[in-house]
Amino acid sequence: MIELVDVHKSFGTQKVLDGLNLRIEDGKTTVIIGKSGGGKSVLLKHIIGLLKPDSGQILVNGIDITTLNDRELNEVRKNFGMLFQEAALFDSMNVGENVAFPLREHTKKKEKEIREIVDERLRAVGLPGVENKMPSELSGGMRKRVGLARALAMHPQIILYDEPTTGLDPIMTEAINDLIINTQKNFNVTCVVISHDIESIFEIGHNIAMLYDGKIVEYGTPEVIKQSDNPVLKQFLSGSLVGPISIM
Amino acid sequence: MENIEEMGKILLLFISIISWMVRPPLKLRLIFKQMEFVGVKSIYVVVLTGTFTGMVLALQSYYGFRMFSAESLVGSTVALSMTRELGPVLTALMVTARAGSAMAAELGTMRVTEQIDALSVMATNPVKHLIVPRVIASVIMLPILTIVSDFMGIIGGYFVGVMVLHINKGIFVKNITRYVDLGDLYNGLTKAAVFGLILSLVGCYKGFNTTGGAEGVGKATTEAVVLASITILISDYFLTAIMF
Repeated sequence: MIELVDVHKSFGTQKVLDGLNLRIEDGKTTVIIGKSGGGKSVLLKHIIGLLKPDSGQILVNGIDITTLNDRELNEVRKNFGMLFQEAALFDSMNVGENVAFPLREHTKKKEKEIREIVDERLRAVGLPGVENKMPSELSGGMRKRVGLARALAMHPQIILYDEPTTGLDPIMTEAINDLIINTQKNFNVTCVVISHDIESIFEIGHNIAMLYDGKIVEYGTPEVIKQSDNPVLKQFLSGSLVGPISIM
Repeated sequence: MENIEEMGKILLLFISIISWMVRPPLKLRLIFKQMEFVGVKSIYVVVLTGTFTGMVLALQSYYGFRMFSAESLVGSTVALSMTRELGPVLTALMVTARAGSAMAAELGTMRVTEQIDALSVMATNPVKHLIVPRVIASVIMLPILTIVSDFMGIIGGYFVGVMVLHINKGIFVKNITRYVDLGDLYNGLTKAAVFGLILSLVGCYKGFNTTGGAEGVGKATTEAVVLASITILISDYFLTAIMF
C-alpha cells in the first residue's frame, strides 16, 4: 500500500503539491491525470523518493520513506520498477546490459541465469533478440518497451509509469496499454500510471485520480470518474478551453 | 554569494564521494574503464604537449643563458621546469579539456535524459556508480600521465639542446642529474594527483547538476573546463608555496 498524507512541495515560490492526499491500492492500477506541468511527475518522484516533500508523509508498506537514509531508501526502492517518459535507458550499454543492470547490481545470479531472465523479459514485452542493439538504434516505442523490461527485471511489487504512451502512434499506444494491463495481471503488481491519454486511462485504470492545484480533486473507478460532476474533471475529459483549468 | 554556495556544494559532493568510496564494493571494472578513458586515451595529447613544451623551453632558455655563457644549464632548466611545474600543470589542463569536459557532458546528458534518476530508482547510488570511479581514475592516472609528460619534455629538450643547438650532451645530462632530485619529481606528482581530483570533481559536479536540456549540457561543459582550469592554476600557486 502506498499512501501520501498531506504532502506539500514547492520549487522556489511555485507551489506544486499543496496538501495532497492519495491512497494507492495494492494489486490495482491507479492512473493519475492532470494538466501538463501540474505536478504529476513530481508526485511520482515523491513516491519513489527521488524528491522529498517540504512536509507530509509518504508511506510505502507502512514505512514513511521521507525519514529514511540512503541505504534504507535503496532497500525500499528494490520493490519498485519505473518506466520513465523517455525510457531513460543507459546509452552507454546495449539493450541486454540495460535489462540486466539491476540483476547484476543487486543479485548474485550467474551470467547464464541473468541472460535467461533478460531473454524472458524481452520476450514479455514483445522484443525477443534485441539484446545486442544499442538504445540509439531503437524507435521510441521500442525504447519504452525495453524500459519496461528493465523495470520488470527484479520482479517489483510496484511499477511506476511516467506517461508511457506520450508521443507514440495509436497502434504502439495500444500495444503499451496491453503490456501495462498484462503485466499487472500476470505479475499481480501495483501500478501507478501518469497519463494524459483519455482513452488509455479508462482502459488501463482500476482507479483514477485527478490532480489539480496541488491536490487530488477527484478519485474513483472509471465509472465514477465518467459520471463525476466535478467541473475540473469534466473540462479535462472533454478537452474544453472553457472552465476552471487555465492553459497559462 | 553564488560562488560561495557553489564551493559549499562541491565540498559536500567531495564528502559524499569519500563516504561512498570507503563503502564496499569498490567497482573495479568501472574504475579500470575510466582509467583507460582518462589515462590511456590522453597519452597521445600529453606526449605531444610534453615534447613540444620541452623543446620550446630548451630553445628559449638557450637564448637567455647564451647572453652570459651558461648554455650548459639548459638541460637542468628544462628538467626542473617540467618536473616541478609544466609537466603537472599542462597535463592537468590538457586532461581537463579532454576528459574533464567529457565527464561534464556525459553526466549532464545522463541527468537531462533521466538516466541518473533511473540509477537511483534501481537502488544504485549515482555518486558511487558514476562519480567515485571517475575521481579515483583521475587521481591515479594524472601522476602517471605527468611522468610521461616530464619524460617527453626532457627528451624534447635534449633533442633541441643537443641535436639542434649543439650543447655538449654529457654536460646536458650531468646538469640534469646534479640539479634535479627525486623530491622535485615527487612534489610534481603530488600536484598532479591534486589536479586529477580537482578536474574530476569539478567535471562531475557540473555534469551532475545540469539543468535545461542540450543548452544546459553545453553550459555545464564550458563551466566545468573554465572552473577546473582556474582552480588548477590557483591551487598550483599554493601547492608550490607549501612544497618548495
